[in-house]
Amino acid sequence: MTEMERNLRNKKIAEKVYFSMCGLFMILTIAVLFWILYDVASKGYSTINWTFLTDRPREQMTAGGIWPAIVGTFYVASLTIIISVPVGITSAIYLNEYASKGTLVRVIRLSIRNLSGVPSIVYGLFGLGLFAATLGLGTSLISAALTLSIMSLPWVITASEEALKAVPQSFREGGLALGATKWQMIRQLVLPNAISGMATGSILALARATGETAPIILTGAAFFLPALPTSLSDRFMAMPYHLYILATQHMSPAQVRPIAYATALVLIAMVMGLNMVAIIWRYQIRKKQTW
Amino acid sequence: MSDNGVIFSTEALNLWYGKNQALKNINVNIKMQKVTAIIGPSGCGKSTFLKVLNRMVDLVPNVKYTGSVNLQGHNIFDENINLVNLRTRVGMVFQKPNPFPKSIFENVAFGPRIHGKHKKSELNELVEKSLRQAALWDEVKDRLNEPGLSLSGGQQQRLCIARTLANEPEVILMDEPTSALDPAATSRIEDLVRSLRKHYNIIIVTHNMQQAGRVSDETFFFLNGELIETDRTEVIFTNPKDNRTEEYITGRFG
Amino acid sequence: MAKLDEADFYKIQVQKQPAVGTSSRKMQDDLTQQSIKSNLGNFILEKFFLICGMLSIFVLLLILYFLLKNSWPALQEVRISEFIFGQRWMPSSPNPGFGALPLILGSIIITVGALLMAVPWSLAAAVYLGEAAPRLIREILKPVIEVLEIFPSVVLGFIALVVVGPFIARVFNLSSGLIGLTGAIVLAIMALPTIISISEDALNSVPKDYKEAAIALGATNWETARYVSIPAASSGIVAAVMLGFGRVVGETMAVLMAAGNALDMPLKEILNIPVPTLMQSMRTLTATIAIEASDVPWGSTHYHALFVIGVVLFVITFLVNLVSDIMLSRFQEVNRND
Repeated sequence: MTEMERNLRNKKIAEKVYFSMCGLFMILTIAVLFWILYDVASKGYSTINWTFLTDRPREQMTAGGIWPAIVGTFYVASLTIIISVPVGITSAIYLNEYASKGTLVRVIRLSIRNLSGVPSIVYGLFGLGLFAATLGLGTSLISAALTLSIMSLPWVITASEEALKAVPQSFREGGLALGATKWQMIRQLVLPNAISGMATGSILALARATGETAPIILTGAAFFLPALPTSLSDRFMAMPYHLYILATQHMSPAQVRPIAYATALVLIAMVMGLNMVAIIWRYQIRKKQTW
Repeated sequence: MSDNGVIFSTEALNLWYGKNQALKNINVNIKMQKVTAIIGPSGCGKSTFLKVLNRMVDLVPNVKYTGSVNLQGHNIFDENINLVNLRTRVGMVFQKPNPFPKSIFENVAFGPRIHGKHKKSELNELVEKSLRQAALWDEVKDRLNEPGLSLSGGQQQRLCIARTLANEPEVILMDEPTSALDPAATSRIEDLVRSLRKHYNIIIVTHNMQQAGRVSDETFFFLNGELIETDRTEVIFTNPKDNRTEEYITGRFG
Repeated sequence: MAKLDEADFYKIQVQKQPAVGTSSRKMQDDLTQQSIKSNLGNFILEKFFLICGMLSIFVLLLILYFLLKNSWPALQEVRISEFIFGQRWMPSSPNPGFGALPLILGSIIITVGALLMAVPWSLAAAVYLGEAAPRLIREILKPVIEVLEIFPSVVLGFIALVVVGPFIARVFNLSSGLIGLTGAIVLAIMALPTIISISEDALNSVPKDYKEAAIALGATNWETARYVSIPAASSGIVAAVMLGFGRVVGETMAVLMAAGNALDMPLKEILNIPVPTLMQSMRTLTATIAIEASDVPWGSTHYHALFVIGVVLFVITFLVNLVSDIMLSRFQEVNRND
């Protein structure tokens, strides 16, 4: 074997070793995810049954179910999406369709990226100070939903912009060249082709909002409520907060551990389910798209 | 101005993309009821010139222009020009066929609809007429509800022409309409251009000199943003006055 | 649809025939004709979109204004130096203490600890994903990492509490495993998806020519990654690490449930020199807000003091985002010029 061949062989071996090490870390990442999923699923599934999903917590949360928390999470997440999606979409339409490149747009984009980096607990504090205390909405469903809406705004804007960017420029040119006004062009050629992308982005935002805990602790989630919220100014139970309470605030944590696991499993199922829906839908759209 | 057979006339037209001057002092008349071909090597400003005529060039960021372009007595650079009406009157067909992701019928009906025609019978008539004029009717009359994007490339381009015709424009601008098509589709489009010349003013940008020779009455030759020569097509091709035109025609550059 | 026969068609043509001549009259009129109604409509529409577009700026400023306004009363009552250097955080006791140093140190130590684990880990994973993984595997793994990104932090906190904590306690023979290390481990896991996906994007946007040139010179894929791709993507990778830092320092629920929340200084004396340690229970800035803000009396000094912590967190993450943003845009600029 010549010097060169040996050299080459050594290099190939080194490549294998290094890349295998990198791959090992990738495997570790995936392993952690699946291990968590497995742990939660294996310890949580036996507690889940119809009663668990439809009954309220009983006997200091050591029995019964999590129905009020499911409903509360559903309410607050839906309200969040109802508020943030229209605002986020209009904002994205401005950025992608109306704005011309310049300082203003740069500042707007910078603000969006900064908003997405603000810690969720700071949003909670802000929501507490503005909606609950200053505007007098109190700790309530609406305060929490407004807080989560502001928090999810940058996600919705970014996703909507992506959907708008995916619409070919040639549709816009074709429309304008036929004498469409800008709004006619957006309304009839851009939005119909971006709307499903916006929807999947919004579902992803919904999934993230569903799992958020810190902001709602400060703005409206309740430790325990026997009844479901009936108005926007009621407080509510929420899945993530319920899990937090079962895990840390309960007087006999060991006794409620199975319930905590089951709650975690339902929460994960909700978040991942929404995520899956979005991913599959996105895939379907891409497959169907002819342009 | 509309009486002397001129549809567009430009005076001292200069255009910049940022600091890059793309059109340099263009003074030219475009005659009515003629097919005018614009030829020149790529980057010479021929597409830019075309896009000035319906102000589609406004969509390019950082574009600046001076001078005037007169369309029958109006300077289209004037502030009070209604761009919607301008673009309705001056239609455009693009390099790459760009049907909307709608049905064939809806593609053609798009223009009339946004201009307020909603009566079904009126639309039906207009769509059929436009498709016939674009020589597409026989191929698509049984599948008007299929997506426009299901057509072949050449059919898509004729659909785009039909879409423009449905607006009943005065002028049709064509920006290298056959550059994305195969020879057979190209010759169908060329036939179409020849048949449309009776009723429309057509200005066609092409990189293909044979095409200019086949379809046009007048030819403009652009080079590096300057308009080098304009004349009747046969004169340009047989007896150009400027030797840069001759060099281009005979294929010595570009 | 009404069928037009050829004759009808030509009739239409004939009607249309004089169009070039006559409708030029019509054109003269409508070229400058402006519809006030539609102009006004478009004007209002455009302004409406502009306002919605600017909402993000407005919200960001509103958050900053609100945090500052609400923290002001506390800053008047308590000196900034006490906030930063005071070691006693007892805001609700009759003899209140507003020393946030243990919390600041807690945040710093846990963040540094988490990044020490997460950065090498996620960079290795990103290099694998960007440089070595076959296309199919990459396409499968990317959505999986996305899933990890939206994983509810409270679930990770729960896992830390019931699985990681007891494990740490056993390994280090402690009475409770809820210490800084546990928090750091969980936060490291939370930072992984952010750092992996942004660095992988950075590696991917290194122009192909660079890599091809290196391969053509006889470099192996590893050498290409090591000497070409990683250096070329370095500013993107730094930005990824900074965004990971932002994520870790602002994370609340997981660290709240994992790190024990003791208010002691997170320091250990080694040869009489206090050294930062991960091996004891500690509390972060974020956890402090989460624990105290839900039952603090609105308007009290304690309430305002929590807003001071909020300001600190806001400013830290703002700066981190700003810098990483500048680095990312510079990175994209450089690669665009290529």
